[in-house]
Amino acid sequence: MATLDTVAAIAPAPAAPMPGSAKLFWRAFAVNRGAVLGLAIMLVIIATAALADLIAPHSPIEQFRDHFLTPPVWQHGGSMDFPLGTDDVGRDILSRLLYGARLSLLIGLVVVTLSLAAGTVLGLSAAFAGGTIDIAIMRLMDIVLVFPSLLLAIVVVAVLGPSLFNAMLAVAVVTLPNYTRLVRAAALSELAREYVTAARCAGAGPLRLMFDTVLPNCTAPLIVQASLGFSGAILDAAALGFLGLGAQPPTPEWGTMLAGALQFYQRAWWVLAFPGLSILVTVLAFNLFGDGLRDALDPKLKR
Amino acid sequence: MLRFLLRRVSLIIPTFIGVTFLSFLLIHLVPGDPVLARTGERGIAPERLALLRHEMGLDQPLWRQFVRYEGQVASGDLGRSVVTEEPVWREFITLFPATVELSVCAIALAILVGLPLGVLAASRRGTVYDYTLMGASVTGASMPIFWWGLMMILVFSVALGWTPVSGRISDEFFVQPVTGFMLVDSLFSDDAGAFRSAVSHLILPAIVLGTVPLATVARMTRSAMLEVLNEDYIRTARAKGLSRGRVVFIHALRNALIPVVTVIGLQTGALLGGAILTETIFSWPGVGHWLIEAIQRRDYPVVQGGVLLVAVLVMLVNLGVDLLYGVLNPRIRR
Repeated sequence: MATLDTVAAIAPAPAAPMPGSAKLFWRAFAVNRGAVLGLAIMLVIIATAALADLIAPHSPIEQFRDHFLTPPVWQHGGSMDFPLGTDDVGRDILSRLLYGARLSLLIGLVVVTLSLAAGTVLGLSAAFAGGTIDIAIMRLMDIVLVFPSLLLAIVVVAVLGPSLFNAMLAVAVVTLPNYTRLVRAAALSELAREYVTAARCAGAGPLRLMFDTVLPNCTAPLIVQASLGFSGAILDAAALGFLGLGAQPPTPEWGTMLAGALQFYQRAWWVLAFPGLSILVTVLAFNLFGDGLRDALDPKLKR
Repeated sequence: MLRFLLRRVSLIIPTFIGVTFLSFLLIHLVPGDPVLARTGERGIAPERLALLRHEMGLDQPLWRQFVRYEGQVASGDLGRSVVTEEPVWREFITLFPATVELSVCAIALAILVGLPLGVLAASRRGTVYDYTLMGASVTGASMPIFWWGLMMILVFSVALGWTPVSGRISDEFFVQPVTGFMLVDSLFSDDAGAFRSAVSHLILPAIVLGTVPLATVARMTRSAMLEVLNEDYIRTARAKGLSRGRVVFIHALRNALIPVVTVIGLQTGALLGGAILTETIFSWPGVGHWLIEAIQRRDYPVVQGGVLLVAVLVMLVNLGVDLLYGVLNPRIRR
């Protein structure tokens, strides 16, 4: 603090204090009230996932043999022991949802990391190499894009075998073209700038140019795409789980929970309603947050 | 114009070969021998296995198998279903109208409802209408439609009893398939109740499948309208004394439609992905339902052929949208 004060004392006082870039960003972000709401919900979900061990009333896979399909607490026959009711084998739904938050965040994180990393390498390679390599990479991405992403993910899982990891891999593959195209476009527009030429003249090698010089200047659209990709990944992985191709029972993944509810949801609405609502709220939060990021980070799209 | 057309059309040839290559690889990536998978647990004599493998060309090098597969695809032969023994192409073409009917109704709903809502939100920018509509739109776009469909069934079919739960028409009606579109065929059937039955079966799946496109259309229309409403010619139109409604609906909407139409066209792939889920929930006898069943039964020729046909369909629709866009907007023709 002391050093900062001395610096401030020495430096000529500016007419108005320049806010830090984080503050500037927050000011632009907070204009969008939906985005702030999304961020708040996101933080709650992250806290839930982190503290699932502490706040969940039961284990997510423990079966209470004398409590099959207990309704939620406010409905006749409900009990405080199972606030959101139990499923067909007597597992506490609230506990399963809380632990499920971990899986959804993990899915989003793994998928986005995989496709972001691979997309960055492919996109940068296409932009830097140009010529045949560029055409080959972009054609390949076009081919992937022709398949409806859910269908392609289903087929990939059918080939690899149904499991949570394969589902994440499949979703990462089908979202790869988005990142690759984005990185390539951003890198191409940066490559024409003078600072890149300067770095090249200063003797920077291709790898340094790619990752150290150009990539940091392409991050704004990537961050936006990653946060929107997070919600897309959760949605797609839940759809795979619902079709029996994602996480396998008794894993408390929200989509898999819905698949398990199919036989008796007409008698027990709560088994169906809450996992779906959790997916919706989580996806919505990330979408709101992503929209806000876009408005704040991408001045071209600003109102 | 002709050069633009030729260039766009020729661009799809490498994509097409790539798509067939991927669908060809599919069978070879599946663990296990396709012949052994077909004979199941009964077992097979080694000589017979070798003979069958030879007949199917599986003893050839991979590239030769691919060339052979390309030839088969080019001549319209996509193989036969392992389960029903029917040609894949014939199964696809019988089920395809059901998927088209569902998708067209979903898109029609999305446009008829989403477009006016988007215009309303843009013309009332910053008001309660705008915030409510955009909140609803981002919620709709975040909707896990497999859950949404089940909730609709729970409310409208189970609790209220308004609509049937599954299928395209009640069993009591027999409708001669002429066009394959149940709405059209039942309308021309002798039984007046048939059409009502078909509509009541279609309405929930169409709403469910239409939800995400509706949200997208409303959002796109709003942002395209906002952009257009800032243009000089809109101010000119207002300045020369035209009514607000006329400016919004005649001058602005027409120009805002171009990006909206493009987005709708490019949604085909997402729509077919949604159709897979919607058809599964409502037991709608379409292509999506068929593909999921084929995957569950490990009927790989159907999966291979079906995926290929869907991909080609998306490719053709995208090409159509591209060409249409070129016609509508001369700037991108180059």
